[in-house]
Amino acid sequence: MKCRRCRAPAVIDVRRHNAGFCSPCFVHHCQEQVRKAIHDFSMFEQGARVLVAVSGGKDSLALWDLLLDLGYEVDGLYLGLGIDDYSDKSVVYVREFAGRRARKLIEVDLPTDFGFDIPNGSRAARRVPCSACGLSKRHLFDRAALEGDYDVVATGHNLDDEAAVLFGNVLRWSAEYLGRQHPVLPAANGFPRKVKPLVRLAERETAAYCVLRGIDYQVEECPMAEGNRHLGYKAALNAMEAQSPGTKHAFLFGYFERASKLFTPDVEAERDELHPCGGCGAPTLGEICAFCRLVERATVR
Amino acid sequence: MLLRNPRRELEIAGPVRVHALLDRLEIDRDTVLVIRGDTLVPGDTLLLDGDDVEIRPVISGGAE
Repeated sequence: MKCRRCRAPAVIDVRRHNAGFCSPCFVHHCQEQVRKAIHDFSMFEQGARVLVAVSGGKDSLALWDLLLDLGYEVDGLYLGLGIDDYSDKSVVYVREFAGRRARKLIEVDLPTDFGFDIPNGSRAARRVPCSACGLSKRHLFDRAALEGDYDVVATGHNLDDEAAVLFGNVLRWSAEYLGRQHPVLPAANGFPRKVKPLVRLAERETAAYCVLRGIDYQVEECPMAEGNRHLGYKAALNAMEAQSPGTKHAFLFGYFERASKLFTPDVEAERDELHPCGGCGAPTLGEICAFCRLVERATVR
Repeated sequence: MLLRNPRRELEIAGPVRVHALLDRLEIDRDTVLVIRGDTLVPGDTLLLDGDDVEIRPVISGGAE
């Protein structure tokens, strides 16, 4: 197989593009996909202060690397989840990357800073671990971005992630979640601007990018995620993609182009009703925000 | 040959092309990377006896 761009021997084939790429041209391909996503969705401009949420996995480290090489000013934020060996190893990859690229890394640790970890805290709070984890990440990323005066929070959600979330939201016609599903969420009412620059790259591409760029990342799957609903949606979509390459891209980008506007009014109306949490000041619809309630329940002894 | 998640090792006789190997193992080619030594290889690569090969899953979960 030859590289589509330069005809050198390919190191990876990408079926949805019906193309092979050599290593330098594949890195160029990834940069172009991210550049296009940032441009097409008006995510941010050169000179913006970007905070990338990093987990130690392939997506967030690839994102950090890509944004730096595209010339953006990007610091990292790592949230320690207290998931035994998995968290212990993940932070090592993040610190190693930040050191190699000489970038600032902000670390927040749930057990140290808030008194609970995801396995035990989610059980005590009677929440699914992925739900407690996602809630904690959203809340603490928002807070760190506002405290650090960053212009935007970038997360490593890729094409597969977003297609799977959309699939789940459509299956349930979850209008509220559909209204929030966009590569850009504008800053409003105490929330920072949030963007997903990897939305044009599949997760096989972000993993290949890390291998080709020599970025060590956490290859093992999070033990808390095993068998979750999101992985089931991905498996269903991958089965369709195998029959018809490009299906996931068409599903997701067709939604952005033709349907997402139908669901945004619900979210905008909800944002108008937000007020500061009595515990931490973050925007919430209730008296106390969901994260403060989680901390309260997760730390009951 | 090293397979990950769950981690296990297999001995498979070569020569065999990457796509044929994945088909034989019933692995969707869009869900893994195939790495020979420390180099990524595409689907038409012929793997030989003695090659060290890692089949690395790329699917991650956890979004709610």
